[in-house]
Amino acid sequence: MILAVAPASPADAWLERAPLLLRDALTGWLPDALRPWVSALLSIAVILGVFGLLFAYMTLAERKLLGRMQNRPGPNRTGPFGLLQPFADAIKALTKEDIVPRAADRVLHFLAPVVLVALSLLGLAVIPFGRNLVAVELEAAVLYFFAAGAATELSIFMAGWASRNKYSLLAAMRALAQLISYEVPLLLSVVPVVVVAGSLSTTGIVAAQGGWAAGIWPHWHALTPWGFSAFAVFMIAALAESNRSPFDLPEAESELIAGHLTEYSGFKYALFFMAEYLGMAALSAMAVTLFLGGWQAPLGLLEFVPSYAWFGVKLLLLLLGFIWIRATFPRLRIDQLTRLSWKFLVPLALVNLLNGGFWAATADWSGPAAAVRWLVSALLVVVPFVALARSLAAGYGPRTYRYAPS
Amino acid sequence: MTTLLAVLALICLAPAVAAVLVRNLIHSALLFVLAWLGLAAFYLALGAEFVAFAQALVYVGGVSMVALFAVLLTRPGRTDLLPPPSAARAVGGLAAASLVASMLASSLFWSRLPSMEPTAPIPLRRLGELLAGPYLVAVLLVGLILTVALIGGLLLAAPRRPAEGGDA
Amino acid sequence: MSPLHLCLALSAALFCTGLVAVLIRGNAILVLLGVELMLNAANLNFLAFWRFGPGGGEAGLVFVLFSIAVAAAEAAVGMALVIAVHRHLRSIRIADANRLKG
Repeated sequence: MILAVAPASPADAWLERAPLLLRDALTGWLPDALRPWVSALLSIAVILGVFGLLFAYMTLAERKLLGRMQNRPGPNRTGPFGLLQPFADAIKALTKEDIVPRAADRVLHFLAPVVLVALSLLGLAVIPFGRNLVAVELEAAVLYFFAAGAATELSIFMAGWASRNKYSLLAAMRALAQLISYEVPLLLSVVPVVVVAGSLSTTGIVAAQGGWAAGIWPHWHALTPWGFSAFAVFMIAALAESNRSPFDLPEAESELIAGHLTEYSGFKYALFFMAEYLGMAALSAMAVTLFLGGWQAPLGLLEFVPSYAWFGVKLLLLLLGFIWIRATFPRLRIDQLTRLSWKFLVPLALVNLLNGGFWAATADWSGPAAAVRWLVSALLVVVPFVALARSLAAGYGPRTYRYAPS
Repeated sequence: MTTLLAVLALICLAPAVAAVLVRNLIHSALLFVLAWLGLAAFYLALGAEFVAFAQALVYVGGVSMVALFAVLLTRPGRTDLLPPPSAARAVGGLAAASLVASMLASSLFWSRLPSMEPTAPIPLRRLGELLAGPYLVAVLLVGLILTVALIGGLLLAAPRRPAEGGDA
Repeated sequence: MSPLHLCLALSAALFCTGLVAVLIRGNAILVLLGVELMLNAANLNFLAFWRFGPGGGEAGLVFVLFSIAVAAAEAAVGMALVIAVHRHLRSIRIADANRLKG
């Protein structure tokens, strides 16, 4: 039993080192020149496998949770509790006829989903999944992640244009407008994290969130006032960046057929779907790394649970939050969502920059000064939020409902 | 090192040349994007990590979007194919370009560049200290330039209101 | 061929490609993209000399950052101009924009 052995430090626990031991066992007998290549291939295979399964079961979880929130059971026919449903969906997508319009640009039409999935997967390379589990150790990892994410916008354009369909093109331009609008608050909300942690590397940011104040309050960024505001802005922008409800106008099935994906069928549509979920997972993983302490445990005595398990728990909580939000909020129109981004989220994120800078500059205040620090930071979050919200909502009075006479 | 750089150089140059020669404007823009990505990879091979990611973020994520939107908003409508250049212009352009190419080639291959040791890449923290220290004024000025370009671009491209003119 | 020669040769080739794009193609957007390519070639030149040149040249790296930012600003304003001209002339061929009177 793990508890009975009581290791000297959590990093030495057997479960914690299990992935590394496995990797060493698989590559130890190789010559020295081949070892880094095979090790890299192994990490790629593991990430693809884990996130592929995560995507498959996220689709099932979404359908069942949405169903339960809408008072219906969701898929429960294929396998016990519908657990084989993702595989049924995969078989359906693979065996559907792949229709390409005659006037479409075949090369771009084919490349768009491929490029989208490839770029969404690239972002996962710099996320630290556990104490020593990061695929690529980069000094400017956060910048790399957002560069990979920015390039996905191109494939949306390619999809909309290559279909040679007026409505696909309009929908692609609308989707691009949404993506570009929400790129700005996404990046701005990350800057205070970098300022406070003092590093652009994801492992450095996770290490900066270690330790507990008084043994019970973790130093995660989301548990500070500026970090909470940045986390909220990041999650809203992540919702929009992955085209999730309530920002899913580009692919709203009930409105525009399928927007820029109208002319896609079968496996290519499934690839777009996969890219959306992978983007969601990658952004959630980044949120866990930047704001929720990465693989750190929330309490000192819970450190016997391996670090990658904590990462998985936090990631799943965020993804379930995404699904919950989808079931709850109505869709936003394009002018409403661009207005939300430029007039509300960007000023809030800019004020939060100031807040983060203040927090970093006053890192050595302690005792009663620490209470002042928390109070000032909290005021810098609450006051602009209330002021902006009041001024933007002016003129939109309380709703009056008129019912038809019975 | 040199073979890696040679391969990456080919990956940069081929899409760039193709982009200039292709008749379809959107294919041309997308080939430029490939060339910029290849250049970002080249910068990575040179050890300039931050600049490589900044190049990918700004060019592939920003300039390409601006160019593609401009192409979409100014489409001729009939066909997407551009007319081939006239013979006179083609000859004139090629003559000018080969003049420049020969000047560059002669300065490159007939000069004696001293063989130098490659310098170590700058750590990110040092880059941050430089940008916040000696180059702070330049950073602020570039921020000002970008703000002015943003506002100017909006004002230039915004459609004119019929009566009042230009609602910002 | 040393790495420095390779980088400089690539930079020269990219510059000439961009120059050909500006001179030969008669489309305003392609001209602007050619200018961007020329700016990229100049950035590559800076980086080549920073990496393989005499040590202590941190200015090369920092200059490239500023050059990328300014090139992005210039591309944005240039494309906005193209859109504005298109609104007047209904065409983006630079051969059509040959009169001062609008």
